[in-house]
Amino acid sequence: MNTRQLAVAIAGAMLIALPFVHRDPYHLHILILILIWSFAYTSWSMMGRFGLVSLGHGGFMGVGAYVTALLWNHLGIWPWIGIPIALVCAGALAVIVGYPCFRFRITGHYFVLVTLALSGIVLQIITATRDYTGGSLGYTPERTKGNHVLALQFDDKTTWYMIALGVWVGGLLIWRWVDRSMDRYALEAISEDEDAAAAAGVNVTWEKLKITVISALMTAFAGALYCQYQMFISPDTVSGIAVSLQMVFAAIVGGLYVALGPTVGAVITILMAEILRIGFGTKAVGWDNLIYGVLLVLFIIFLPKGILGSVLDAIRNWRRPAATPQSRAAPLGRAP
Amino acid sequence: MQAFLDIFDIYLLEAAINGILFGGVLALLALGLNLIFGVIDVTWICYAELIMIGMYGMYYLVSFYGVPYWVAAPMCILLVAGLGMLLHFLVIAPLLSSPPINQLLATGGVLFFLQSFATVAFGIEFHNIGIQLPVLRFGEMNFSYARLLSFAAALIGMISVYVFMKRTYTGTAIRAIAQDRQIMALMGVDTRKIYLITSALGGALAGLAACLLVLLYDVHPFIGLSIGPITFLVCVLGGLGNFVGGFVAAFVFAQIISLGGMFSDLEWGYVLAFGFFIIMMFIRPAGLLSRRS
Repeated sequence: MNTRQLAVAIAGAMLIALPFVHRDPYHLHILILILIWSFAYTSWSMMGRFGLVSLGHGGFMGVGAYVTALLWNHLGIWPWIGIPIALVCAGALAVIVGYPCFRFRITGHYFVLVTLALSGIVLQIITATRDYTGGSLGYTPERTKGNHVLALQFDDKTTWYMIALGVWVGGLLIWRWVDRSMDRYALEAISEDEDAAAAAGVNVTWEKLKITVISALMTAFAGALYCQYQMFISPDTVSGIAVSLQMVFAAIVGGLYVALGPTVGAVITILMAEILRIGFGTKAVGWDNLIYGVLLVLFIIFLPKGILGSVLDAIRNWRRPAATPQSRAAPLGRAP
Repeated sequence: MQAFLDIFDIYLLEAAINGILFGGVLALLALGLNLIFGVIDVTWICYAELIMIGMYGMYYLVSFYGVPYWVAAPMCILLVAGLGMLLHFLVIAPLLSSPPINQLLATGGVLFFLQSFATVAFGIEFHNIGIQLPVLRFGEMNFSYARLLSFAAALIGMISVYVFMKRTYTGTAIRAIAQDRQIMALMGVDTRKIYLITSALGGALAGLAACLLVLLYDVHPFIGLSIGPITFLVCVLGGLGNFVGGFVAAFVFAQIISLGGMFSDLEWGYVLAFGFFIIMMFIRPAGLLSRRS
């Protein structure tokens, strides 16, 4: 066992042991939120790191949350079945929008704006069907009267912490799996030059579609999980452009190209929002986004690889000052 | 024939005409964004937030300081034009050589900033400018003067931009830069200056839109989220940077929303329009008026 594996094992053990040592419900609540949102941001970065910038992930998240909750409330379908159905819906949505986009080479600005339309549509549909979804007032899954496990509703924060931790680790494992697969090289080639990649025998449409569907499924799952944990969803918190931009923001601040980057982003954004909320109360409404906005601009101009990405680069350069003239070129950080 | 007349009733006509009037405003919104995209090759995701700030400017000038509407409007246009220049100078200019996605995301940061700035500075209440324009009755149909006025002003705005682009030296330079960025610098055109002027012009159009929208809607910090997406969709539908396409797309979009919204809620009109947009993207990815490659 080398030092790296040892460090991972120790960190894992500490994360598992944490809720049994430190039982403060508020702190656990923050940690659970961080884990769930980290998972969502990680799923956005799965695409974003390959230059596929999507503003439609708010839509996928909304589908995941609302389909699960609607099936439970109206048809009494347990989330254990409802979540897979929601994932199928989100996956289908990703294919419907993604396939033509990739087939007809809709990239760059156009791809961003098409996916923006997607999150707009989901938001408007949720608002328009207010008889079923509660519209912009939000929606609450009914409290179960029967089995808590079947309804996936727990009052215990420790249980939720374990679930969120498991899902977050799962997200990192998917990241690692993609990172080690051939698809990663194909996608990196595509993000550098689509035509050249196609000429080299990469099936561009299929590769992009695959990563998009994976990313959409993970995002929808995050939405469903968030809904089950918070027991309240509204179009503004789980769908729409604001949520999509929030994902982009956190992923970029943390670092798009490293596995733990989105997690760092989630820790920073959520802690900042909470500290402002506690420190200034209702006076702080809006201040967190004000700071986010400025930071996002500053990061994109000065630190496009994000905090963790830049720190890792600095460490790497410090260890091998002569051997690394340039760190690996990254699509978002690269000059043309 | 009778069946046709039954469908083609007075409400349908009213909705259709309102759609045309709404289309004028949408076309104005799209024009500013298209100008920026066509010349500087960036998408201002925060375009609608500039309009929101302009609307607040109008609200405070008119309701708070009692400035007459006709005096406040040019001030507001200048204010937003200045904001446009500032946006270009502070955010876009440092990023001109980085990938386009970075520029787009940076303006996304500006979107966050402006939205929360409005929340912090002006509060989240809905504000109404308090100018009630009369309603024009024509047969059994009602049209608000506010819509007619904004349609007329949008047309005038668009025509003056057209004349500016066609008849002045600066306008010619702007069009030339839109065609070839590298060569124009060699021809002795100061691209930085042209970019600033274009940003100011785009901002001024946003300011004009703000003066008109403030008559139609209440202003609140999140209004940008409701007018922003639709503006982008109109631009993309028409082909980013294609002025005529944006114009046509605005009217098509406004009709769909207006007629679709007539049959049930307004949201369904939007859903229909968004669905139409996605379908059109697949049929004509480069815009309504583009030739298929």
